[in-house]
Amino acid sequence: MAMGGRTVTVAGRAAGADPAAAEEVGRDRRPTLAVWKFASCDGCQLTLLNCEAELLALADRVRVAYFPEATRAAVAGPYDLSLVEGSITTAEDAERIQQVRAQSRILVTLGACATAGGIQALRNLADVAELAAAAYPRPDRLAFLARSTPIASHVTVDHELHGCPIDRGQLLEVVAAVLQGRAPRIPSGSVCTECKRRGTVCVAVADGLPCLGPVTRAGCGAICPAHHRGCYGCFGPQDTPNGRSLASLLGAAGMAPTDVVRAFRTFNAGAEPFRTATGPALPTSVPDAAGGRP
Amino acid sequence: MTVTGGSRELTVPMLARVEGEGGMHVVVQDGRAVDVQLRIFEPPRFFEGFLRGRSYLEPPDLTARICGICPVAYQFSACLAIEDACGVEVPEELRLLRRLLYCGEWIESHALHVFMLHLPDLLGYDGAIEMAADHRGVVESALRMKRAGNELMTVVGGRSVHPVNVRVGGFHRLPEPTELRALRPMLAAALDEALAAVPLLARQDYPDLEQPHLYVALDAGHGYPLESGAALQTSSGLRVPVAAFGTHVVEHQVGHSNALQGRFDGHPYLVGPLARYSLHHAALSPVAREAAAAAGLAPTCRNPFRSILVRLVELVFALDEALRIVDAWEGAPVAAVAVEPRAAEGHGATEAPRGLLYHRYRIDADGTILAAQIVPPTAQNQPAIESDLRSVVEGHLDLDDEALTRVCETAIRTYDPCISCATHFLRLTVDRR
Repeated sequence: MAMGGRTVTVAGRAAGADPAAAEEVGRDRRPTLAVWKFASCDGCQLTLLNCEAELLALADRVRVAYFPEATRAAVAGPYDLSLVEGSITTAEDAERIQQVRAQSRILVTLGACATAGGIQALRNLADVAELAAAAYPRPDRLAFLARSTPIASHVTVDHELHGCPIDRGQLLEVVAAVLQGRAPRIPSGSVCTECKRRGTVCVAVADGLPCLGPVTRAGCGAICPAHHRGCYGCFGPQDTPNGRSLASLLGAAGMAPTDVVRAFRTFNAGAEPFRTATGPALPTSVPDAAGGRP
Repeated sequence: MTVTGGSRELTVPMLARVEGEGGMHVVVQDGRAVDVQLRIFEPPRFFEGFLRGRSYLEPPDLTARICGICPVAYQFSACLAIEDACGVEVPEELRLLRRLLYCGEWIESHALHVFMLHLPDLLGYDGAIEMAADHRGVVESALRMKRAGNELMTVVGGRSVHPVNVRVGGFHRLPEPTELRALRPMLAAALDEALAAVPLLARQDYPDLEQPHLYVALDAGHGYPLESGAALQTSSGLRVPVAAFGTHVVEHQVGHSNALQGRFDGHPYLVGPLARYSLHHAALSPVAREAAAAAGLAPTCRNPFRSILVRLVELVFALDEALRIVDAWEGAPVAAVAVEPRAAEGHGATEAPRGLLYHRYRIDADGTILAAQIVPPTAQNQPAIESDLRSVVEGHLDLDDEALTRVCETAIRTYDPCISCATHFLRLTVDRR
């Protein structure tokens, strides 16, 4: 990896592009940060602005070179660290992510859209032509791709942060790790481990609530069971999930087959272990559309 | 940016400090703005499409993902619409808890926009981080206010972006009165900081602009409009049931935007802080009304550049209201009421930080969603924003292109446009001429 040590400099940055006086010269040694948005809700990059206690300290350590949601100033690349939110859903964006990769030393993807295609990947499981024809007066004028795909389907990704949205602590950890030239410490086990650690009584065992915790990646702090609801899988599949087994358990516990499919098909529907947990031949997200129900 | 002959063309390919991806394009000819476009190229995500076939219990979690800045607005508009379809109304305690969580979202969103997205334009900075070099205290104070909103959302909703505790019929878990009381010092300190910011904003120079648009806001019937309400109020004196939204608002498709544009009885109209404030000034709490007076605001405000003052007043209100609810909260009999499906259609509207957010769902007897419609505030405001942009351009033709572009950008940002919200529609097209 290009990022070997604590001092990160970018030789190619245009000197004197910023007229903000001499102190900028000293500041230019700070590594540069860029934040990019593709198809998404803004929530993951908002998480950066939600680091209220750390934001200004972070801005002292890194130069925020490109972050349109926060500043109209834009420093030309290359960038030491690019944070990428959102999925690829248009031909233009498929092109743009290549340019982002080419300008980025380290590229970190943020959240379910960037890592799994997001909720908009539900289109991948539907008959897009039918969807378009049923809904659009002029489907021939539509300009979007038939599938919503994660960033890693298009370019090499250095680190991935999961979640819908990502966890603030994990974001700070990955940024710190990149600045320090070490691997980020991001858990890959299940939400169940977090319930045990925080002492939450298992809502599936004790209360019979349907819970995706066993197959879902840790990182949120197991907040749903702590609020007396089953995990709904917003961090996507953990490293060794057994989705099919959990799906049959949910069915055996009385969950209707359609609801089992729905449970696995939300924000991480595009992630392979969730997509196949209920079998590839089950209904799409719009089972009734073709039937022309009122 | 190009200047050719007697015409000028201003283009901002990517607007900064707005939520989502949009640009601006203006063509001036012979002293007239002949073409003004707020371009929305945020890619569509088809929420209304994939909601069909889902369970009636899912929209609060699914539609939250339309916007990470105002997920609670989506959750509660969805809850109200589905509860309306199923003939259920949540008890007063749960309505108050919803109002409290929604206050957290207003606090977080308004603190972000007032101090980090809008104020840099007034003080002459590219953004809040640059502004912090000279005004660190202001930015630190803003971050503390924002954090108070996020903490409130975390305690009531489980987390601030896409809260997990909201469900159709109420909440999954009721917060303990002690948990809510523990928020008091942080909320009270944030209220003091919001009030302390009034003089700073009041003494800024604001361009003159009086816009004539129709104002539309929810009429809650129980105070300043926020988490629920059965009717819409307009500045022309109309009072319209929420269920009749669709007979007054028609959405149009235009080539330069990936969002539909709403018109009310055929006219551009405005939702959001200016509309809420001007229609419901009397419903503000006394401390918020005093803040408005100290900010130099009359009970009606028609200058979009001064919307930052109105947002600050609403920030004061939301903090004050949150304290009021926290102090009075004694728990609720149940965390949620049962909501059984039936074949019906339901409507729901709440006041997102950026304005009225309308949801409509049609469900069948087993609770499967057959049709969904979501009309977010920025889509409703887009024609009015473009109309104002035209006035701004024609009123500042003496400026050079760079200065004029900057004024236009500022004008757009005064609306706090949320482009992620505006672009989720199913029926849009991208017109490539």
